[in-house]
Amino acid sequence: MSATDDGTGGSPKPRLLEVQDLHVEFRTREATANVLNGVGYHVDEGETLAVLGESGSGKSVTAQTVMGILDTPPGFATAGTVRYRGEELLSAKEERRRELRGENMAMIFQDALSALNPVYTVGFQIAEQFRFRRGMSRKDATAKAAEMLDLVKIPNAKQRVKEFPHQFSGGMRQRAMIAMSLALDPDLLIADEPTTALDVTVQAQIMDLLDELRRERDMGLILITHDLGVVAEVADRIAVMYAGRVVEESDAESLYKRPAHPYTEGLMESIPRLDQKGEELASIKGLPPNLADIPPGCPFHPRCHRAEEECRETVPELHELRAGRHSACHFAEELISRD
Amino acid sequence: MTDPGEGRQSTLSTGADAEGVDEVRRDSPQQHEGSPEVGSKPREKQRGLWGDAWLDLRRRPLFVIGGLIVLFLLAIAAFPGLFASGDPNAQDLSLAREGPSAEAWFGYDALGRDIYTRVIHGARASIVVGVLATLLTVLIGSLVGLVAGYFGNKTDSFLARFAEIFLGLPFVLGAIVILSVFNAGIEGAPGMLRVMTQVIVTIGVLAWPISMRIMRSAAIAAKQQDYVKAAKALGASHGRIIFKHVLPNCIAPVMVYATIALGQYIGLEATLSYLGLGLQNPVVSWGMMISNSQQYIISTPHMLLFPAGFLVLTVLAFVMLGDAVRDALDPKQR
Amino acid sequence: MGRYILRRLLQLIPVFIGTTFIIYSLVWAIPGNPFAGLCGPRGCPPAFIDQMTEQYNLDQPLPVQYVLYLGQLFQGNFGETFNGIEVGTLIQQAYPVTLKLATIALIFEAIIGIAAGILTALRGKGFVDNLVLAATLFLIAVPVFVSGFVIQVVFGVQLEWMEPSVGADPGIGQLIVPGLVLGSLSMAYIARLTRTAMFENKRADYIRTATAKGLTPRRVVSVHMLRNSLIPVITFIGTDFGALMGGAIVTEGVFNIHGIGGLVFSAIQGQEGITVTGVVTLLVLVYLLMNLLVDILYAALDPRIRYD
Repeated sequence: MSATDDGTGGSPKPRLLEVQDLHVEFRTREATANVLNGVGYHVDEGETLAVLGESGSGKSVTAQTVMGILDTPPGFATAGTVRYRGEELLSAKEERRRELRGENMAMIFQDALSALNPVYTVGFQIAEQFRFRRGMSRKDATAKAAEMLDLVKIPNAKQRVKEFPHQFSGGMRQRAMIAMSLALDPDLLIADEPTTALDVTVQAQIMDLLDELRRERDMGLILITHDLGVVAEVADRIAVMYAGRVVEESDAESLYKRPAHPYTEGLMESIPRLDQKGEELASIKGLPPNLADIPPGCPFHPRCHRAEEECRETVPELHELRAGRHSACHFAEELISRD
Repeated sequence: MTDPGEGRQSTLSTGADAEGVDEVRRDSPQQHEGSPEVGSKPREKQRGLWGDAWLDLRRRPLFVIGGLIVLFLLAIAAFPGLFASGDPNAQDLSLAREGPSAEAWFGYDALGRDIYTRVIHGARASIVVGVLATLLTVLIGSLVGLVAGYFGNKTDSFLARFAEIFLGLPFVLGAIVILSVFNAGIEGAPGMLRVMTQVIVTIGVLAWPISMRIMRSAAIAAKQQDYVKAAKALGASHGRIIFKHVLPNCIAPVMVYATIALGQYIGLEATLSYLGLGLQNPVVSWGMMISNSQQYIISTPHMLLFPAGFLVLTVLAFVMLGDAVRDALDPKQR
Repeated sequence: MGRYILRRLLQLIPVFIGTTFIIYSLVWAIPGNPFAGLCGPRGCPPAFIDQMTEQYNLDQPLPVQYVLYLGQLFQGNFGETFNGIEVGTLIQQAYPVTLKLATIALIFEAIIGIAAGILTALRGKGFVDNLVLAATLFLIAVPVFVSGFVIQVVFGVQLEWMEPSVGADPGIGQLIVPGLVLGSLSMAYIARLTRTAMFENKRADYIRTATAKGLTPRRVVSVHMLRNSLIPVITFIGTDFGALMGGAIVTEGVFNIHGIGGLVFSAIQGQEGITVTGVVTLLVLVYLLMNLLVDILYAALDPRIRYD
């Protein structure tokens, strides 16, 4: 997998986060869906990794597995490893995983309105962490909560801690969500489609804020999105996911210049203008595969315009093409070397 | 009894999320991201809310058992003669309070009437009252609720207040007052039709506001749908919009309520008959049979056991049906 | 907030008048002669009829009668039965009993119902869940007069664990079993309501957020899940208390409890119109005020509800 290139050399400093060969199944009465089929990616301190893919590609499930908040059942991690600073998490005790959440890794969600508890004030929900993780008094914790709101540039923070989520505008709510996730100063932040529910103008502000906070705090940031346009400015590296696999992983610049996977190509062609939210990727024909019945060979072959016999038979592994460029396409070399 | 709780729970999502959504998507942790699809063949996407519900229902034991019991009871109510040939009011005092035997499966009551025959014939009264009272409440309630929800504003607040007037009456108390007024007007022996109509009308008068409330909120939700606005913009008449566009999307929650209410009305009829205010001789009713068994309970427990058993079974069957239908129509409840 | 309550109170007035007027007309007007059967088989003495006609303005048109009656009622004058007993006194005797019974029923239904609902939701689908669902189905299906009757016979008469008949001025202990019977139906509803709300909230996004914050499972459940799930449950309990305070005619009848339900039932049977209208007017008022209280409570519990 991509992440192993310097991990095998006995490097003294382990990655901030390293996911390897992660398999997750969703089991229901009717069927078992192979939601993740060997996902691998990594992120370092101060780095932004964008995870890109259509709905159902497994972006969020990977993030939830990393955080340890996957709903079980139906989801079960059946194989693979998740290492945080070298510590294996999938086999760790739940109590240890809980300790890491908030303190070391935090997550923000797409729809802040539903991700915040409607019956408690924003301040309460931020202060809660200071009170129960840091043992602060209610008063001190609320003061800290106001500081956090200030940090994410919410005006009049002292007043707004007393307000309820529904009294915030969409953008302010997402800022509050960010403040909440950063309360305990984690070094890994996972943002799951943080701007999808927002107006276009607000989207840019939130992305800038995240980028700024990442730099200030030297955090690793995993940015999950289905929108290539959103990540263009902030991502250092990009991992493209399809049907529960990473199909291309690359530094952002090279990927934008020349995608090494036909699926990424398709995504690029369908980059929406900023005023559109690209939900349907019109230029990729067909639908994502049924995860209970993934086609043999390359899972993308039924939708791929260059699919050949080989693609229908052998699963292409994610392999390194150039330094920092990985693709899971039999024709990757052709793709990046053509003019 | 006034508001059987179920009513407020059954706000249905009639929108897209009920259509062809597969199991995993419903259970999945990330609803907005649209999680992995499992076993959904394109063909199944064509099913509507009702088709989906029907397929789902057939697999629910609650629905199958409840449905079979109801069918059985309906058969008894329609053709009691097939199940018990004797006259339910035939008395033979020499047999009074005799226990169950091969002759009389359920034994005899205090007047020497065959309890089996009476229980079988009692089904008709209970079910007729239950069905007609449900129809009456649902028809009145839905119509008023539809008008209130669709037109809104002053019409709505007037009708809502009007409904509250009836909700303000405690259910059993209100029924007792109304029925005793009816009964006071009777001279001589009341006819079967009259007695049953009284009970049905009484339940209807007191219970319609509940289905009105359900229908009203469904209509308010349906009214805000774009296709209704579109129909309005195209100049469709109110009547057409209400019956073509709004009503079809409001039926589901009322149906669920109606099924559960049917069971409850049967229980209510029995309660009123037990209090001596509902059905009366010559109508045979389970409530009356239970009431009559009171003095003999120690020596003749079968006088209570059989009518009470049938009553409970009937109410149970309808509540089970309603439960299953609600679950099937509302994926969110799972 | 104050304006909201005031507006709701004003809205109550037409409802109150409508409801009580219906009862008043039913009791006094419809059977024709209000004195038919009132004084037993012998009929009322003319002097009594004259006195009553004057006292209750029976020679006036119905709406006028009603308004004058309501006026007297609000001065605390509930009138007298034809035996000369103050209706107010009767209510004073009966209401505490009903209140006790209602409170016991409420405590039972709330504690057992909520506990069962939480238990099933936390355990998830499986045996406990099915057991509770089956039990609630059964409780919903058994009419109170049947369950009360059976319990009375089995525990009261045969096993002699309790007194089958409660009688006047009962203690708390005597009311426990009747309270349980009275609360059984709502207990089932509360259990289901809690279960449904908990299951729904279990998958809510904010629960995932709370977990992602690294809160302990105990805190996630007790602070985040429970608080949200109990809003509809508390609303139901409040509404139900309003209904319970209206007296439990059947339960009181089965166990021979001399509460408000029994009072009004015997008054109806004895055609004591004055008692019936007096008590029912009071009950309607209590019920409506209780519903208003529930609405205010709901708004207080759920910050998303706005007062307009």
